[in-house]
Amino acid sequence: MTQLDSVMAKVRAENRAALIAYIPAGFPSQQGCAKAIQALAAAGVDAIEIGFPYSDPVMDGPVIQEAADISLKGGTNAADVFAALKVATDTGVAAVVMTYWNPIERYGVNEFAQSIADNGGSGVITPDLTIEESDRWLAATSKVGINPIYVVAPSTNDARLAAVTAKTGGFVYAASLMGVTGTRTSVSTDASNLVSRVRTVTDLPISVGLGVSTREQAKSLAAYADGVIVGSAFIKLLLAAKTEQEGLDAISHLAKELALGVREGR
Amino acid sequence: MSSPGHFGEYGGRFVPEALIGALNELEIAHNTAQKDPEFLAELAELHRTYTGRPSIITEAKRFSEHAGGARIFLKREDLNHTGSHKINNVLGQALLTKRMGKKRIIAETGAGQHGVASATAAALMGLDCVVYMGEEDTRRQALNVARMKLLGAEVVPVTSGSRTLKDAINEAMRDWVTNVADTHYLLGTVAGPHPFPTMVRDFHKIIGEEAREQMLALTGRLPDAILACVGGGSNAIGIFNAFIPDSDVRLIGLEAGGDGVETGRHAATITGGTPGVLHGTRSYVLQDANGQTIESHSISAGLDYPGVGPEHAYLHDIGRAEYRAINDDAAMAAFSLLSRTEGIIPAIETAHALAGAILVGKELGPTANLLINLSGRGDKDVQTAAEYFGIPL
Repeated sequence: MTQLDSVMAKVRAENRAALIAYIPAGFPSQQGCAKAIQALAAAGVDAIEIGFPYSDPVMDGPVIQEAADISLKGGTNAADVFAALKVATDTGVAAVVMTYWNPIERYGVNEFAQSIADNGGSGVITPDLTIEESDRWLAATSKVGINPIYVVAPSTNDARLAAVTAKTGGFVYAASLMGVTGTRTSVSTDASNLVSRVRTVTDLPISVGLGVSTREQAKSLAAYADGVIVGSAFIKLLLAAKTEQEGLDAISHLAKELALGVREGR
Repeated sequence: MSSPGHFGEYGGRFVPEALIGALNELEIAHNTAQKDPEFLAELAELHRTYTGRPSIITEAKRFSEHAGGARIFLKREDLNHTGSHKINNVLGQALLTKRMGKKRIIAETGAGQHGVASATAAALMGLDCVVYMGEEDTRRQALNVARMKLLGAEVVPVTSGSRTLKDAINEAMRDWVTNVADTHYLLGTVAGPHPFPTMVRDFHKIIGEEAREQMLALTGRLPDAILACVGGGSNAIGIFNAFIPDSDVRLIGLEAGGDGVETGRHAATITGGTPGVLHGTRSYVLQDANGQTIESHSISAGLDYPGVGPEHAYLHDIGRAEYRAINDDAAMAAFSLLSRTEGIIPAIETAHALAGAILVGKELGPTANLLINLSGRGDKDVQTAAEYFGIPL
C-alpha cells in the first residue's frame, strides 16, 4: 500500500475529493520548484505530481510546453526530478512522477522504478505508455511496490477501460476531454460520463484532469470524482508572476481555494 | 502481452489512450481495404490516370562515369504528379479517410512534399486539409507553402521547439488528440504508432514491385544494390520491400550526415542514434542521456528528423539493410552532378542517395548494377541550391 493509496482512502472516508497538483521539475527553477512544492503542500493539496519535462510533449498544451522548455533550458535531468519528488514527499503529501515514456526507458526501467521508491514516491503516471507495451514496467513497479497510473480518455471504450484499469494502481487518471493539457472555461460533460463508465469496471479511485482551474470547477468535479488534478492553472500563475514570491503567493492562494472546492462537492 | 505492429523490438504504440480507438479503426480499415478488390482497383486506377504510374526507369549513363562505371538506374518517382513518391501514400490514406467517413485530414511536412501531396489529395477528394510545418521549414520551402495554399489547404507554421519536422509532428498529434472524431492524421512516413509504419509501407511498396519487374526486363537480372535516402524512410521502404526476400540484393539507406556525424550536427538517426521512443514508436532516436530528443540538422528539410521508421531499425539490426551517412556537401555535389550529367534536378533529399551511389559504384565497379530511388524532383530546392552554390536570384 503506497502513501497515495492511503491518501485516496482517507479522502474517501472524509467523503470528499483529493486535490492533486502538477508541477514540472526544474520550473520555474530548481529552487523555485522546491519552494512551489512546499507552498502547495502547505496550502492543503493532498498529492503532488512532479512532471519530468520532455522535449516532445504531445499531450501538453502551450502552458506546460513553455514550462517544460524553461525547465529543460535550465538543464533539468532525471536526478532533478527525483530531488523534486523527495522535496514533495518530505512535506508529508503523497507524490508521484508524471512522465512520457522515453525518459524512463532511457534511464532504465527497473532503475527508474527503484529511484521513485527510494525517494518516497508512490507511483508514476505514464500518459503515452499503452498497456500492450507495459510488461517490463509493470514488473518493475510491482517489484518495488509503487503505483502504475494510466490515463483513460472519453474515447476509450468499455472493454479497454476494463483492460487498462486492471493494470492501474493508486488511481485512474481520467482525461476530462479529448485534447491536450491547459485551462478551459468549463469542464466538459464528457468527464462525468467517463467517470461513470470507469466506475462500472473498477473500484479504484478516479481522478479527473485536464482543464481544471477554479474552485467552482473543483467543486463540480468533486461531486463525482475521487480526485481533482490541476496543473496548467498553477503554471500560468508562476509564468505571469513578476517575482518569485508573487508567484508562490498566487499558487498558494489558488491551492487554498481549490482545497475548499474539493470539500464542497458533496 | 504483445501488441501488433512490431518489427523485432521496434514499432508498437506509445500514444495517449485517447488515440487508441482511432488507431484501431484505421488498422481495421486498412486491413479490410488491402483485401478489398474494389479498393485496390480504385487506387490502381488513380495511380494510372492521376499519379502517372508506373513510373519509368532511366539509365544514368553519363552520371555513371563518376560512379566507378557501375550501371546506374533511376526509378523516376520524381515524375509522379506532385513531384515525389509521397503521392502513393497520400492517395491511399485519403481513400481510407473517405471510407472511415471522416471529412478532415491533417498532415505534417518537412520539405513540403508530403504537405503538397496531402493538399492535392484533399482537393481531389473534397476533404478539408490542415498542414503543420515548422516555421523554419516554411522559410526554407516557401514555394511549397504557396503550392499548398493554392491547392486550398491551410498551412500552420509551428513555432515550438526546433521549428522543424519533429515539432510539426508534435503539433499534428495535438490536433489529432483533440479532433480525432472527425479527423484523420495523414502521416507522411513509415514512422509513428501502429498501423502507420505498416500501412505507409503498403502504399509505397508499389515502387519496388514495379522496379523489380522493370529491372528484370531491362537487364535480365536483379540489381546488385538498391539505394534510397532515409529520413523517416518511406521512399526507402517503398523500394526495398519487394527485394527483401532477394538476399543477394544489397539494400542501402543513405541518411543525412549534415555537417558530419562526428560533429553532432546531423540527422543520421541509425548511424548516430540509439534505440528509444519518439512520436509513438520505438526505433532509433537522436537523444541525450536523459531521453530528450536532440535536434537534427540537415540541408535537406525532408531528412531533417531525429527519428526513423521502426522497420529500418529492424532491417539494420538483423543486417538485411545497411545505413550510411552522407554529409551536406557530398549530397550537394551529387545534386549538381546529376543536374549537369543527366538533365535531372533531384530533390536534395534524393541527392543523398545519389551521393551514396557514387561511393557504392566505386566500391563495386563497372560490373555492378545499382538501382536508385529518385524519390523527388528538385524544383522546390532551387532557392536552397542557389544559395548553396552562390547563384544570385
